[in-house]
Amino acid sequence: MKDPGQGAAPAALRVTDLTVAYGEKTVLWDVDLEIPRGTMAGVVGPNGAGKTTLIKSVQGLVPRVAGVVLVHGEPYEKRRREVSYVPQRGSVDWDFPASVIDVVKMGSYGDLGWMRRPGKREHERALEALGKVDMLPLARRQIGQLSGGQQQRVFLARALMQSASVYLLDEPFQGVDATTEKAVVGILKELVSGGKTVLAVHHDLNTVSEYYERVAIVNVGLVASGRVEEVFNSENLVKAYGGKTPFFPGRETSLRAV
Amino acid sequence: MLEFAAALFSDYTARTILLGAASLGVVSGVVGSYAVLRRQSLMGDVMSHAALPGIVVAFLVAGAKERLPIFLGAAVSAALAAAAIGLVTSNSRIKTDSAMGIALSVFFGLGLVLLTYAQHAPDANQAGLDKFLFGQAEALVERDVAVIALTGLFALAVVLAFWKELKLLCFDPDFGGTMGFSPKLLDALVTAVMVSAIVIGLQTVGVVLMSSMLIAPAVAARQWTSGMGRMVAASALVAAVSGVAGVAASAGLENVPTGPAVVVCASAVALFSVLFSPEGFFTRRLRDSRSRREIRKDYVLGALHRLALEHGDPRYAHSEKLLSLGSDEGFDVRKSLSRLEDSGQVERAGEGDWRLTPAGVRAAARRAPSRGAGE
Repeated sequence: MKDPGQGAAPAALRVTDLTVAYGEKTVLWDVDLEIPRGTMAGVVGPNGAGKTTLIKSVQGLVPRVAGVVLVHGEPYEKRRREVSYVPQRGSVDWDFPASVIDVVKMGSYGDLGWMRRPGKREHERALEALGKVDMLPLARRQIGQLSGGQQQRVFLARALMQSASVYLLDEPFQGVDATTEKAVVGILKELVSGGKTVLAVHHDLNTVSEYYERVAIVNVGLVASGRVEEVFNSENLVKAYGGKTPFFPGRETSLRAV
Repeated sequence: MLEFAAALFSDYTARTILLGAASLGVVSGVVGSYAVLRRQSLMGDVMSHAALPGIVVAFLVAGAKERLPIFLGAAVSAALAAAAIGLVTSNSRIKTDSAMGIALSVFFGLGLVLLTYAQHAPDANQAGLDKFLFGQAEALVERDVAVIALTGLFALAVVLAFWKELKLLCFDPDFGGTMGFSPKLLDALVTAVMVSAIVIGLQTVGVVLMSSMLIAPAVAARQWTSGMGRMVAASALVAAVSGVAGVAASAGLENVPTGPAVVVCASAVALFSVLFSPEGFFTRRLRDSRSRREIRKDYVLGALHRLALEHGDPRYAHSEKLLSLGSDEGFDVRKSLSRLEDSGQVERAGEGDWRLTPAGVRAAARRAPSRGAGE
């Protein structure tokens, strides 16, 4: 299961026995997950499989029934500043009275701590982050006037403002244009090659092998996790999606009758 | 008018009331912005109504119409309602809006029952307790205004100190949570500030109308501004001006109660803003219909030009019928033609026939070069 050679260095993200329930309904059951440093990993699974809950509960946004989350070998709560969160675009109200740069600056709030306001330095860093996502000309634009792809870029720029080493993204490609998708993938891959770690909830099974090195297949429980070429196969996908598997990786040998 | 204003400002009692109404306005304008931005406008409504049972219980226990116990009672009972909503939504399948509705009716109903009971209790000096329903700004004295101003300063200080944290709470509480700004803690802070605003609004506008004082100015301000700082400031301004205008109206007119007058002013500003601000209902309608008209004009101009070019003469005349039959425009071609005629771009060429004027030819060629030269 483990990668050879990862030996002593603690994983960027290590989740053990994670269980989450909403009332009596178990949403995640006993999930173990290990993402080595400097990898790009995806989380896939059918609707309602608990992908978003996984991302949220790792960060304590949803209470855990059981489980331990370690970031670089230490509890998440101690290392939260090293983790950057890109929520689903639809989770916020884009009619909120703020400009693009206002939102990007929010990424600096954690470093600033309580009560201190962002200043000139934060402004410049925000502009820099906007440059990376090709949104510099729209810095003063009202967020209500952005397209879906632009909203996603703003969220990514906000994450880039944080001095993080682990990036958790929830459906970063949901409803964005092809150009944005490419740009976002490019930025994420650049982060990874700089030694950062990315874990993204992903919907489109067609692009999994192209984007990610590792994948976790989830359906309440963990179906499989590991290197894409080892675990992203029809057997595991059928286990997760049942007969309704929307996709079988092409490399797989025969499409056995399901 | 000026004399009236001068008289109003020189009179000591009137000045006290004006000052009280204006300070209350600033506070409720600021605090209400947060309720509106968090899409919890109803929360203000619930909490102000829910203050009533606390007021009456405090009165029954303390025995007299003492201010401090009544303020405390109001605060405790409003905060209880907020806590109850939180408990119900997180521990049952009841959604927030239903929980708010339940909390409002239960607390306010209980308040009315207690109020009726208190009013029929013997020997109590209960006259005036029902003033807390709709407020009695006329009765404000210097000490009340001092309390309003101090509580207001507290609320403003909290909002300024935690400006960026509260902004996170409004826009993306989860993201704030991951950075260590606990949404629960911030929510409690906002609730505390809201409770204090409601408590100081009790005497002036009363529990029933206090919610409009929180919501209306913020809604008005949101229509005109697109930054959070400007919105909060504008909301405070709208509310303060409404406060002053309401007091003036009730001083100048017979039988106009102050509290309701203040609320009516704030609501009028909100209504006007929703209708006529740059993104308002009428403004947007007007803009849409204007642009529809322009597009249709362009369309007709282009069609006339294209048809004429097929005859090798850009000023060749065509019948109105042909223009409307040519395709399914789904609009009145004649209207567009007469508008174009008004602007001198087309002219009549006999019964029901139209042709481009030289100006029209130039405009058509400029506006739709690709359409004109397409075929």
